[in-house]
Amino acid sequence: MSSHDVVITGIGLVSSLGEGPDAHWQKLTRPGLEPVLEAERFAPYTIHPLPEIDWNLQIAKRGDQRQMETWQRLGTYTAGLALDDAGIKGNDELCATMDMVVAAGGGERDEAVDAAILAASESRNDRDVLLNEKLTTELRPTLFLAQLSNLLAGNISIVHKVTGSSRTFMGEEGAGVSAVETAAARIRSGQSTHVLVGGAFQTEHSDMLLGYELAGYLHRGPWKPVWQRQGAEGGGVVTGSGGAFLVLEQREHAKNRGRKIYAELGPVVSGRARRRQGELNSEIAALLKQAALPDGDLLTISAASGAHAATAAEKAVLDANPALAVRAFSTLTGHMKEAQFPFAVALAAMAVDRGAGYPAFDATVERPFEGAPNSVLATAIGYHQFEGLGLVKAA
Amino acid sequence: MANLRDHMGRPIVAVTGIGVVTSLGVGKADNWAALTSGRSGIHPITRFPVDHLNTRISGMVDFLPSSSKGASHLTYELAETAAQEAVSEAGLESGDFGGPLFLASPPVELDWIDRFSLYNSDKQDAGAERLLRVARGLKELDVFETTQFGSIADRLADRFGTRGLPITLSTACASGATAIQLGVEAIRRGECDKALSIGADGSATAEALIRFSLLSALSTHNDIPEKASKPFSKDRDGFVLAEGSGALVLESLEGALARGAAILGIMRGCGEKADDFHRTRSKPDGSPAIAAVRAALADAGLGEDEIDYVNAHGTSTPENDKMEHLSLSTVFGERIGSMPISSNKSMIGHTLSAAGAVEAAFSLMTMRESVIPPTINYDNPDPAIVLDVVPNKKRNAEVGTVLSNSFGFGGQNTCLVMAREPV
Repeated sequence: MSSHDVVITGIGLVSSLGEGPDAHWQKLTRPGLEPVLEAERFAPYTIHPLPEIDWNLQIAKRGDQRQMETWQRLGTYTAGLALDDAGIKGNDELCATMDMVVAAGGGERDEAVDAAILAASESRNDRDVLLNEKLTTELRPTLFLAQLSNLLAGNISIVHKVTGSSRTFMGEEGAGVSAVETAAARIRSGQSTHVLVGGAFQTEHSDMLLGYELAGYLHRGPWKPVWQRQGAEGGGVVTGSGGAFLVLEQREHAKNRGRKIYAELGPVVSGRARRRQGELNSEIAALLKQAALPDGDLLTISAASGAHAATAAEKAVLDANPALAVRAFSTLTGHMKEAQFPFAVALAAMAVDRGAGYPAFDATVERPFEGAPNSVLATAIGYHQFEGLGLVKAA
Repeated sequence: MANLRDHMGRPIVAVTGIGVVTSLGVGKADNWAALTSGRSGIHPITRFPVDHLNTRISGMVDFLPSSSKGASHLTYELAETAAQEAVSEAGLESGDFGGPLFLASPPVELDWIDRFSLYNSDKQDAGAERLLRVARGLKELDVFETTQFGSIADRLADRFGTRGLPITLSTACASGATAIQLGVEAIRRGECDKALSIGADGSATAEALIRFSLLSALSTHNDIPEKASKPFSKDRDGFVLAEGSGALVLESLEGALARGAAILGIMRGCGEKADDFHRTRSKPDGSPAIAAVRAALADAGLGEDEIDYVNAHGTSTPENDKMEHLSLSTVFGERIGSMPISSNKSMIGHTLSAAGAVEAAFSLMTMRESVIPPTINYDNPDPAIVLDVVPNKKRNAEVGTVLSNSFGFGGQNTCLVMAREPV
């Protein structure tokens, strides 16, 4: 234990299961919990929709809400939950010195404008001119800001006054891994005392589904748990709307202000397997080695997406280590892209904090885990690229 | 023998390779010749029709093989071209770089050319439903990869043999500077001996232009394109959208000296501060920009009187240039009137995600060549902005230290301090 250890002092979560660490703990520890599914709106794709949210609770000004679309609202809201949980929200001094690393994709396009342009393109050969004509007259000027990746962080600064520094990492699950890894490295080296880190994903928009489906990654047909989608119709990913933000803090800083510590964040490691060359299994195995896992049974919160190749590789490597009792939470929340790794770390921290594991999320595949976990592993193996792991330990 | 540690005991970070591409050309030599002769790369848009557009000029890079292939392909080629120049200059093997990659690049979206082509490949159903149905039948990953935010960095990591999970980042117009800052910090923390930091932006599509135009951010001085970007002038009316790339090979000074690499400059300090005021406007008192400049100076261990030249953000928007003047005069006090401060954007436009990296490359060259590139189109000074902008003609000057500013939409401000020599 050292004063520059990284500890987790705030957790903000939103998924189809609800909001906040308590609501998630209540639900996720209920054996045989059924997922919240929406199978009609985007058929043939099933998604896990957002729960009902009163945005006013974290984004007080209507004017601010209007400047965002759902993705940015969701991220800003979830970040607010984490800041509240850490006792930082509204503390001007702590917010002004707080660093921030957001893992982000892009925001929502205007589907109606896009659909109108596409419909018109069927009868026009001058498509470039058509674009200019429609976009100059029909795009809402401020929509651009709601689409920009870095404007989730921008909105967090505006709404919650987090202004120490602001960085946005892009790149699907890997962005979430790098965000947590970089934030932790800053704290360990003494560069930062407290960092807000996380991401959000809003899947209820056709373009967000298209981002997966251009490579046929989405699962079709009846819903199945993450581990049981091999061979089913489609590519195995069922998406969900949600977000996860963490407040990471230098141990001494957290102690000095008398805050509750959920857990310590141990090693965070990341990699880039050249998957076309078959390196994924060996890369995951190498990361497990680097993470310096403790001896004995280890609860493992997996962010597996269900994507056939990546999930099979992850399962093979985890299965080869009989000490790991794996829980793939996307069975119950859906895949939340950039938020996957922060979400996994949050669930790991909650288990360590409460001294209890989660029941199997898929009892046909996941084995029981008894006892109070002292350490919990979090994994994020990207559906298409990039991998990472983190070890969360008792504070 | 130079110190290998800085004033805070951290490894000193040297630059051993520089690469750049802008509308002025490929590579440092062409760019520098143009920049120091006050030549503008801003030209009429030819990549797409300009019907209905208020802005019909840009600093697009139109001369690369990928220039007409969409934002993702062009951004990759820009990044690759600049990185290749930097890695070669550093004398490193280009397929086995052996350090991490930090890439500043624009957010990606499915290009319209692909949207149209997918949509019009059959006539069943309509709208998003048709796109999704056609998409899942695609046999190739090419289009998919243009929509993945990590793909450009993934390809670059393969190409250059960088180590680990590459980081792709966006801090809007400060992105290029943030990529450099991340590299500097990784070396200072001892995570690596060297890092490849790239800022690249090939996203000047019609839609991007229209979006900025709808925010009233762009110059509409279409008639004489090379005159449109006029930072610090009274009649400035917006920035000129542009493309480009800058790449730096960063190394611990110790590692660079040990392998006998030429030291091209020193990254002395980085500073940042986010603004919480507004999505497109900065706080009226300039306090975030002021804090970013001061943080960079403190990180560099330099006083206000130890900066020889400022490479301005200088976008040519009414708002930025006013705020930049306010913040610089607050930090530097009376000295500001006699410090040279020029804007490369007067010639290359605003290269957005690349700008911080492109301008860091030019800042380093300014010190090496002892020549300050001018701010061109300075015919009608703004009386409210009294600065020595190195008007219209280059200036020979010994420059030992540079401050380079990058201020972004969304309130992300990053400043870099560079020096010619190790301490």
